[in-house]
Amino acid sequence: MANTNHTKHSQWLVENANTIVKDARKEIGRVVHQPDRRAFLQRTLTLGGLSLLSGCSLVDENSIETALMSMSRFNDKAQGWLFDPKRLAPTYPDSMITRPFPFNAFYGEDEAPVVDEAAYRLEVTGLVADKKVWTLAELRAMPQADQVTRHICVEGWSAIGKWGGVPFASFLQRIGADLSAKYVGFKCADDYYTSIDMPTALHPQTLLTLTYDSQPLPAKYGFPMKLRMPTKLGYKNPKHIQAIFVTNTYPGGYWEDQGYNWFGGS
Amino acid sequence: MDSTSHNKEVIHPLWLRITHWLNAVAVVIMTMSGWRIYNATSFFGFSIPRDITLGGWLGGAIQWHFAAMWLLVGNGLIYLGYNAFTGRLWRQFFPLSPRAFMADLLAALKGHLSHADLGHYNSVQRAAYLVVIADVVVLLLSGLVLWKSVQFPILRELMGGYEGARRVHFLAMSVLVAFIAVHLAMVALVPRTLLAMIRGR
Repeated sequence: MANTNHTKHSQWLVENANTIVKDARKEIGRVVHQPDRRAFLQRTLTLGGLSLLSGCSLVDENSIETALMSMSRFNDKAQGWLFDPKRLAPTYPDSMITRPFPFNAFYGEDEAPVVDEAAYRLEVTGLVADKKVWTLAELRAMPQADQVTRHICVEGWSAIGKWGGVPFASFLQRIGADLSAKYVGFKCADDYYTSIDMPTALHPQTLLTLTYDSQPLPAKYGFPMKLRMPTKLGYKNPKHIQAIFVTNTYPGGYWEDQGYNWFGGS
Repeated sequence: MDSTSHNKEVIHPLWLRITHWLNAVAVVIMTMSGWRIYNATSFFGFSIPRDITLGGWLGGAIQWHFAAMWLLVGNGLIYLGYNAFTGRLWRQFFPLSPRAFMADLLAALKGHLSHADLGHYNSVQRAAYLVVIADVVVLLLSGLVLWKSVQFPILRELMGGYEGARRVHFLAMSVLVAFIAVHLAMVALVPRTLLAMIRGR
């Protein structure tokens, strides 16, 4: 009896090995940066001219973290105020495209999600008049634009790439989004999520991209679609988008919730 | 009513001492967190030892950097404003000639430079302080390009584009750190200067 169960269990394991490994990798990806983040506070409190703080029990780690987080929120406001919706990021000739364009995510390149083109549907929710789901064919049928712009990563490198797709402002108008709402949020097939301010969403260079270098986006660059904003740092540009929602409730983001600045752009 | 005219012993007025130390705090935070941010890519091919960086991880370092920048800018504007309005800027830092600079540099190297009056800056000090003020301005402007490259196109082109601004920012940091090293060495040689910057006398 027990033996039969054991065999069944083994069979189940074999059949689902790929899924199990994939799930485990996702979990590992989620926690792997946590020790680094813990170290943030230890170092925060024990270094250099700030070492006096660690000896002082009046200032605990949480209050420093809270203070830094509220400064970051203040910086969001300052950046929103500095943002001129008419200023354009520089564009470049095709000859300046960085080849190969670097892959970057919180997981390895071979772990990029594989999204089935035929089954794919884009969900649109929140403060929008038309909540219909979109197929890729419908998105491709909308007027397209392309751009060669510089992708700037928070880590300090930059690379020039060419993206094409639907200007996001026209998509938002098409779905009857409340353009006076504060945020547009994104949920992605790789469990990534992020959100942006409405003025950036409506910026003329913000594209709901379907192509990279005039070819359909490969999985590593975010198939089937990536929101490309040359006015924002890389982590603000979600890939593999499955759902878009318009809201007045702050949605945060995968990296933003851990401490990266929410506005995160120019 | 300048306090120095009433009390000859006051070398550094209170506003100067306060802005000096606030600046020191801001510069230490900016530099150490900036080193951690640099380490995320290390585009000059070397890394800064982790133990002398601030923030632990990139996100933490950025939080420190973008919080302390307000202190650096606000305090810096107060410092420059006070200097301009009280006339201290012209009194303390000028006149400054290459000849006087060379003469004082030579005297300093020979150990002949007088430190009898700490309130009076010799030509080497004048040049060093003016250079470091200009350097911090370059740091701020290049930092502004890194933070807001789209919003300041003229500044961005002046810095040689976004990638150019990263290098300008790093080199300006290096000049600042070199200044601090010499500055601290001088304080170690003439410890009275430290007391003067704390007590004013």
